[in-house]
Amino acid sequence: MREATQGSKAAPQKRFWTERLIMAVLILCSSVAILTTIGIVASLIFESIRFFQIVPITDFLFGLHWSPQMAIREDQVGSSGAFGAIPLLVGTLLISAVALTVAGPVGLMSAVFLSEYASSSVRSKIKPTLEILAGIPTVVYGFFAAIVVAPWLRRGGEAIGLDVSSESALAAGLVMGIMTIPFVSSISDDAITAVPTSLKEGALAVGSTRSEAIKKVIIPAALPGIAGGLLLATSRVIGETMIVVMAAGLTAKLTLNPLDAVTTVTVQIVTLLTGDQEFDSPKTLSAFALGLMLFTVTLALNVTALKIVKAYREQYD
Amino acid sequence: MTELAFKGPSAEQLRRRHLAEKRFRLFAISSVFLGLAFLGVLFIIVAISGADAVRQAKMLLTISLDVDEFEEGKNSNSAQISKADFEGFIKKSMRSSFPDAKTRRMKRELSKLVSSGAAYELREFILTNPNQIGEEITIWVTASDDVDMLLKGKLNRDLPADLRQLSDQQLLWLDQLMEQNKLEMQFNWTLFTKGDSREPEQAGIAGAMIGSFYSVMVCLLISFPLGVLAAIYLESFAPKNAWTSFIEVNINNLAAVPSIVFGLLGLAVFLNFFELPRSAPLVGGMVLALMTLPTIIIAGRAAIQSVPPSIKEAALAVGASPIQAVFHHVLPLAMPGMLTGTIIGTARALGETAPLLMIGMVAFVVDLPTTFTDPATALPVQVFLWSDMPETAFAERTSAAILVLLAFVGTLNLTAVILRNKFETRY
Repeated sequence: MREATQGSKAAPQKRFWTERLIMAVLILCSSVAILTTIGIVASLIFESIRFFQIVPITDFLFGLHWSPQMAIREDQVGSSGAFGAIPLLVGTLLISAVALTVAGPVGLMSAVFLSEYASSSVRSKIKPTLEILAGIPTVVYGFFAAIVVAPWLRRGGEAIGLDVSSESALAAGLVMGIMTIPFVSSISDDAITAVPTSLKEGALAVGSTRSEAIKKVIIPAALPGIAGGLLLATSRVIGETMIVVMAAGLTAKLTLNPLDAVTTVTVQIVTLLTGDQEFDSPKTLSAFALGLMLFTVTLALNVTALKIVKAYREQYD
Repeated sequence: MTELAFKGPSAEQLRRRHLAEKRFRLFAISSVFLGLAFLGVLFIIVAISGADAVRQAKMLLTISLDVDEFEEGKNSNSAQISKADFEGFIKKSMRSSFPDAKTRRMKRELSKLVSSGAAYELREFILTNPNQIGEEITIWVTASDDVDMLLKGKLNRDLPADLRQLSDQQLLWLDQLMEQNKLEMQFNWTLFTKGDSREPEQAGIAGAMIGSFYSVMVCLLISFPLGVLAAIYLESFAPKNAWTSFIEVNINNLAAVPSIVFGLLGLAVFLNFFELPRSAPLVGGMVLALMTLPTIIIAGRAAIQSVPPSIKEAALAVGASPIQAVFHHVLPLAMPGMLTGTIIGTARALGETAPLLMIGMVAFVVDLPTTFTDPATALPVQVFLWSDMPETAFAERTSAAILVLLAFVGTLNLTAVILRNKFETRY
C-alpha cells in the first residue's frame, strides 16, 4: 500500500536515511550548549589548577592582600606578588550592595505601581519605556557613571565636607542599580500578577486600603518570586563588568566605605588580561582563578533562584 | 452612645490609613519616575555632548603648488606626487599668511594650529586634481583639536596663558583668520569615514563600525541556525529523559553566565588552544555567538510552543513524517517569533564589550578592517577606549559614538517590537 503511493521502492528508504541524518544534525546542534558549558568549565579549571600550583589555594581564598604585579627584577621587594582575593570579594559585594539597595526597592515599587496602580494604558506606555534601560549597552552606563555621576558625587561630597573618591563604589553601584531596575521590576511584576486575584479582593472586601492589601497580602504571597528575582539580580550585578571597569578603582582596598575606591573581581580579570600577556605567569593565570570563582558564585545564585521561582510557580498553578 | 465612642478613633485612624495609602502611592510613582528621569538625563547629556562632534573647525589655506616640488613637475604620476613634502606646503602657506611669525617658537606655534592630518588632505586633493600642480589653490583643511575646542567655546580664553592650550599669539592669529572668514565649522566627515587616531580631530568610528558589523555577522551566521535547530529538536523531537533535561538546565544557566566568562572561554579555547588570530572580528563573533545562543534557543522554543499542536497533527494525519510536519508546517509559523528573539539577541551582542576585551579587540587600529581576520575593534569598545582619553575633544566624540551605538541598538529592538506586533497570531 505504502509502496504504491510512493511510486518506487527506493523512495521511503531514502527518506528514512535523510530523516536520520536531519535528526543527527538536530541533536548535534542542541549539544552545542553542553559543549559550551564543558568548554567554560574545562578552560577555567585547567588554568586555575596551573595557577594553584604556583600560588596555594588557601592564599588565594583567604589572603587579605591583592597586588598581582610581578617584579621585573628577582631581588625586588614583593617580587612574588600577592594573590589574596578577599579584598576583591569585599569590593564586589560592596558595589553589589549599593546596586541592590537602589534596584531592590525602586524595582519592586515600580512593579507595584505598574501592576496595581497604573491604568492599562499608562502601563502599556511606561513599561516599554522603562525596559529601554535594560537595552542600553553597559558601556554607556559605564561612561555615564565615570564622566557624569562620579564628578557629581565628588562635588556634592565636597559641598557637605565629605571626601568622596573620584572612583567611589557609590557611583558605580548607583548606576549599576539603575541598570538593574527593569530586571527586578519585570520579575516582581510577574510574581505579583501570579498572585490569585481572589487574595487581593478578599483583603479589599474586608476594608483594607490598596496599600494595605499590597503590603500585607500581595507582597507576602509574591515574596518567593520576588526573592528569586533579587537573587538573579544579584548574580547579574556581581558579573557586571563594564560599569565597574570604567567607574570603579583599580587598586584593591579592604574597606566597607562606599565613598572609597574599591576594585572588583571583574575589573581585575579585565586589567590582568588586556594588554601584553605571557601565559605562564601567575598574574595572567590568576584571572582564570577569579573567573572560576565568579562562575561558581553566579551559577550557585542562578540555580537557587530558578529553584525558588519554579517551586513558587507550582504553588499557585 | 457606643456608636459615637466608636466613631472618634475610627475617623482619626481612617485619616492616618488614607495618608499611609497616599504616601505609599507616591513612593510607587516616584520609583517609576526615578527610572524614567535617569533615562531622560542620560539621553539629554549624551545627545548634547555628542552633537558637538558633528562639526569640526576647518581652515582655508592658500597654497601655491610649486612645480619644482614635484619630481616630474606637472607630469608626475601618483607615486611621484605622494613623495612631495605636503607638510612643507602647509607650513609655507601658514607662514606667508602670517609673516610676523619669525622666531622658531612662533613658527612652531603657528603650524600647531593646523591638524597633522592636513598634509594627508592636501595629498588627497592633489592626487585627484593633478592638473592643479603649478597653480595656486585654496583648500579647506582640518584645524587642530585645540582650535576646534576654542570655536566650540570649550576652551576658556580668560584663563592665564600658561594654563590654556593656546598661547596669546595663537589666539591673535585665530582672530585674524576668523575676521577673514578663513576659519569655520564644517560637517565632520572624518568622524564617520576614518578609523581610530591619537589625534581627536582625525579620529573616526568607521573602523569600529566595520568591526562591529563583521562580528555581529559571524555571530548571526553561527547562532541563528544552531539556535533554531536546537530549539526544534528540544521542543519537537527530544525524548523526555535525563539527557534532555540536562541540556535544558545547561541552556538556562548559560543564559545567566556573566558575559566576561564567555570572554575567558574565547581566550582559552579559541585563541590559546585553536590559535585563531587575536583581535579578529571572526573570534569576537564566535564568542558573541555562544553568548547569544541561549537567548535564541529560549525564544525559539517559546515560538514553537505557541504554534497549536493541531497544525502538526493535521500534517501527520495526511502522511507527513514528523520531520516534514515540523519543517514544512510548524517552523514557518514559528519563524516570526524566532526572528524576534534573534534580533533581540543581536542587539545585545552589538552592545557587548567585556568578552571582546578578553580576546584582544581593544587594539589601537587605524586602518579600516577589510576581512574577518583583520585586527579590529567594535563600536562599544571604541566608546570604552575613547572615554579614557584625556583630550576634551575625545569626550564629545565618545558621546557621538554612543549615540551611533544607541541608534543601531534601538533600531534593532524597534524592529523586533514591530515584527512581534505584526506577526503575533493568537490561535
